[in-house]
Amino acid sequence: MSQINRLSGGKIDRHQILNFTFDGKTYQGHPGDTLASALLANDVRLMGRSFKYHRPRGVLTAGSEEPNAIVELREGSRQEPNTRATTAELYDGLISKSQNKIGSLRFDLMAVNDRFSNFLTAGFYYKTFMWPSAFWEKFYEPIIRKAAGLGSISLKDDPDDYDRGFLHCDLLIIGAGPAGLAAALTAGRAGAQIIIADEDFSFGGRLNSERFTLGDQSGSDWTGQTVAELSSLPNVRIMARTTVLGAFDHGIFGALERVSDHLLQPAPGKPRQIFWRIYTKGSLLCAGATERPIAFENNDRPGIMLAGAMRSYANRWAVTTARKVAVFTNNDDGHRTAADLHAKGVSIAAVIDIRPDAPQSNDFEVIAGGQIINSRGRLGLKSIDIALPAGGIRQLSCGALGVSGGWNPNIHLTSHHRGRPEWLPDIAAFGPPAKGPAGLRVAGAAKGDLTTSGALNSGTEQANAWLKDLGFVPTAPDLPEAEDAPISITPFWFVKGCKRAWLDQQNDVTVKDVHLAHQENFVSVEHLKRYTTLGMATDQGKTSNMGGLAILAELTGKAIPEVGTTVFRPPYTPTAIGAFAGRDRGTAFRPTRKTPSHAWAEEQGAVFVEVGMWLRAQWFPKEGETDWRQSVDREVLATRKSVGVCDVTTLGKIDVQGADAATFLNKIYCNGFAKLAVGKTRYGLMLREDGIAMDDGTTARLAEDHFVATTTTANAVSVFRHMEFARQCLWPNLDVQLISTTEAWAQYAVAGPNARRLLQKIVDPEFDLSNEAFPFMACANITVCGGLRARLFRISFSGELAYELAVPTHYGDAMIRRLMQAGEEFDAVPYGTEALGVMRIEKGHAAGNELNGTTTALNLGMARMVSKTKDSIGSTLSERSGLKREDALKLVGLRPVNPANPVPAGSHLMSKGDPVDAAHDQGYVTSACFSPNLGHFIALAYVKSGDSRMGEILRLVSPLTGFDHEVEVVSAHFIDPEGERLRA
Amino acid sequence: MIINHPLLGPRDSAEFTYMGDASLIDRPDWKNPQALTQFIDYGYMRDNPAGAHCELWYHEQGDRSFLVVTRDTTTHEIFSVELARDVARSRGRST
Repeated sequence: MSQINRLSGGKIDRHQILNFTFDGKTYQGHPGDTLASALLANDVRLMGRSFKYHRPRGVLTAGSEEPNAIVELREGSRQEPNTRATTAELYDGLISKSQNKIGSLRFDLMAVNDRFSNFLTAGFYYKTFMWPSAFWEKFYEPIIRKAAGLGSISLKDDPDDYDRGFLHCDLLIIGAGPAGLAAALTAGRAGAQIIIADEDFSFGGRLNSERFTLGDQSGSDWTGQTVAELSSLPNVRIMARTTVLGAFDHGIFGALERVSDHLLQPAPGKPRQIFWRIYTKGSLLCAGATERPIAFENNDRPGIMLAGAMRSYANRWAVTTARKVAVFTNNDDGHRTAADLHAKGVSIAAVIDIRPDAPQSNDFEVIAGGQIINSRGRLGLKSIDIALPAGGIRQLSCGALGVSGGWNPNIHLTSHHRGRPEWLPDIAAFGPPAKGPAGLRVAGAAKGDLTTSGALNSGTEQANAWLKDLGFVPTAPDLPEAEDAPISITPFWFVKGCKRAWLDQQNDVTVKDVHLAHQENFVSVEHLKRYTTLGMATDQGKTSNMGGLAILAELTGKAIPEVGTTVFRPPYTPTAIGAFAGRDRGTAFRPTRKTPSHAWAEEQGAVFVEVGMWLRAQWFPKEGETDWRQSVDREVLATRKSVGVCDVTTLGKIDVQGADAATFLNKIYCNGFAKLAVGKTRYGLMLREDGIAMDDGTTARLAEDHFVATTTTANAVSVFRHMEFARQCLWPNLDVQLISTTEAWAQYAVAGPNARRLLQKIVDPEFDLSNEAFPFMACANITVCGGLRARLFRISFSGELAYELAVPTHYGDAMIRRLMQAGEEFDAVPYGTEALGVMRIEKGHAAGNELNGTTTALNLGMARMVSKTKDSIGSTLSERSGLKREDALKLVGLRPVNPANPVPAGSHLMSKGDPVDAAHDQGYVTSACFSPNLGHFIALAYVKSGDSRMGEILRLVSPLTGFDHEVEVVSAHFIDPEGERLRA
Repeated sequence: MIINHPLLGPRDSAEFTYMGDASLIDRPDWKNPQALTQFIDYGYMRDNPAGAHCELWYHEQGDRSFLVVTRDTTTHEIFSVELARDVARSRGRST
């Protein structure tokens, strides 16, 4: 029968039927339901299995603090584990499943853990899986990993979009219960820009769950009227389904808006969730309070829930968990639950109140001074055992039990900046710390004002306090008369003698575990938490922390405030990682930078490689080439034989201008730049202040006060940052300006014996490119193709006669096409980064592999470049003795003794006859390639005192790949050591 | 965090890159006879205060100013924000 537990009334739309499934079975509910309320309406109490012991579990709460009713929602790529059934809004077609079971929910095979519970207590893993250590990886860990965790993930890409957004306001009001609404009304009418956010889909907070009247209106009517007025105010932004997750620095709050979680799938173009950053001048926490349970033996059966939640289900959702219910309480609020359910026609078995002077009722039995000492029912509550005040035990049958141990203010956000909560004896709970996040005020139940009247008044008061601070005129809204019952509570946390009484139901922590932890001397609350895992589940112990503290206080003979409490961290509730990532995922994770010749290279069928954020052509396969080496060897040989063209735009370009530009560069580079002539280019080596090589590149002097410095592709950003630091912080009075022009110029290397002849067809005829007029290392502003401004540098990375030609980026595509067309008569080839790498290794030029963050100018064989006659960054510390050891690593070349052998990068070098171990290490290979010009593999390597070991045969070992053969130490300049080609 | 840029007003800290202790401004004189020792201190020795700390923030996603931000490391309260160039000049860095 459908919805047998449905009562009358409630905030649900009975005219509409919503069909949904749980564990494959179809049920019906109504708009306004949560998954939990709809399941309870259909008499489903069992909703999951516990984490460790696989105990049957049902709903404990009616909100986001839920530890038990954690389910898997949706299917396929939208499947989401570990969702609280108590906050999942029902929609037609919702598919849900229980978690953490093997077999069916009713007959979970893992429930055997419950039989072995004596072994699975606190610290079980630490104590049990100690030895043998070899068992960890292959045996213990896989078992634990399989058993740990609750839900399962789909392993499919999330098809939905998540957005991030920014909001600004004068006052952020967190929570839309009576305090929040009164505050919003006060501040809204005064004209302040306000945002009021609530995690619920329906505003009103507890007003939705109570029968109280406000003036002559019901709670939900007053809420409706208030929200209607707020909606009409242009200065108020109302955000339902929005959880404020954390208080960050300087008035910044993080909030998650669940835009589409209540729909089958997001509407086209809409995100699933939005992660908001809210920047606010003031904030007001009106987050209400959370009820806490009382621990007793077997208090975790489905059907046992918080009394306030039981009342919410009855009043808001018109649902009772069973037709006969009981209440266990230490305060007057528990009696309200019995009264409300009685009024809805539910049979009240009894109210068991631990207080001997408990108020009596004409409508139901009250057992004053009674305590519940056990419960029965395998998959759901059937009966409870009550210890009577006069002695003796009474068994009482009931299908549900509401438990109330009092209410804890929701102060989580107030402790996000490490504020220590303060004890409020009146309500026996922790309240907000004296020093919370700057600019955060607290009102209503979150502050300890647990009555409706108190909430309305404190909301107004605190809003007015903000209005005054922010320069608005305070207002006094006409607050309705509201419930103002005095709080009567006798602190009571657990029934004496109970053992398997659950404190933290999500992490399966019992009273016994706390005893054990104390017995093992974990007396600090922080240690207790970590040893037992109390409060460390996804609910952050919202319903369990207080119970644990109270027991620890009793065991240590201290008062609860002396024991202290742990603090909370963001996020307030679990948040999908996708929401933090927003749209920054997949290819949008970071920008893709394309070179000016990208479109042309694509047309040529180039294979691309990511370098930093750039996509660069790696090689250009020709028809018939089946292996990358064929393409690369061809590109290298053709370039060295005639001419090749390579896009080198990605190298960083920094424009350095000003009267002191030369002085500045003299400090940045370890070698001298002051005397560089206009029209000349120089290689520069840049050190970090600690003397380690940072970057290198060529710098051209285009005018007395104008240089263009180049950096490696990878370091373009960090070098620019470093130069700005030097300019602003170290030499603030130099007349020098910097700007990055990396993307302003498309730059092509034209290399090979025919490079000049090719360029002569491009460069306008008034510019003389002859060796005399434009020698090696010359540079000039020129024009090309009949007047297009360009820059020409005669520099060479390949070791060939070579130029780099720069044109404004928008001409980059046209220029590569023009170059290749002009090069046709010379059989010009485009070459990619692989051929570029082969040619620089053949030439012995250092690159990123050699400037690897551990090497100095001395290691690079450039010690003499570090000028001693001027100050430059790194020059002093490069003098440290440790960096100048006799046997320092030196850059050399390597040649395999057997030409057929490769010389892989990363291999280590040993002296012949020495053992292969770290103590005898002679150095390592940094760069390696096959040299098509030499017909065998070559490599660059750092070798101890390498410059004096030319001709020595070393043993190359690579334990990872198994290589072990002999190599000869040779000069790093494999090709044209005299440099005749590049000066040709 | 929000950093109140002296030229641009309050900006989100996401626009900045943290660049370490502001003592990096006090680069020793290379001609000092104790230069090597001084540079080692400059390069490696840092105070690690629980409280007010002067540090460099680089407005990399903005106007590229280096700022000296004085911040409480325990609360993130920011006491002052200055242009690093002004600080460097006031500490006598001339060239």
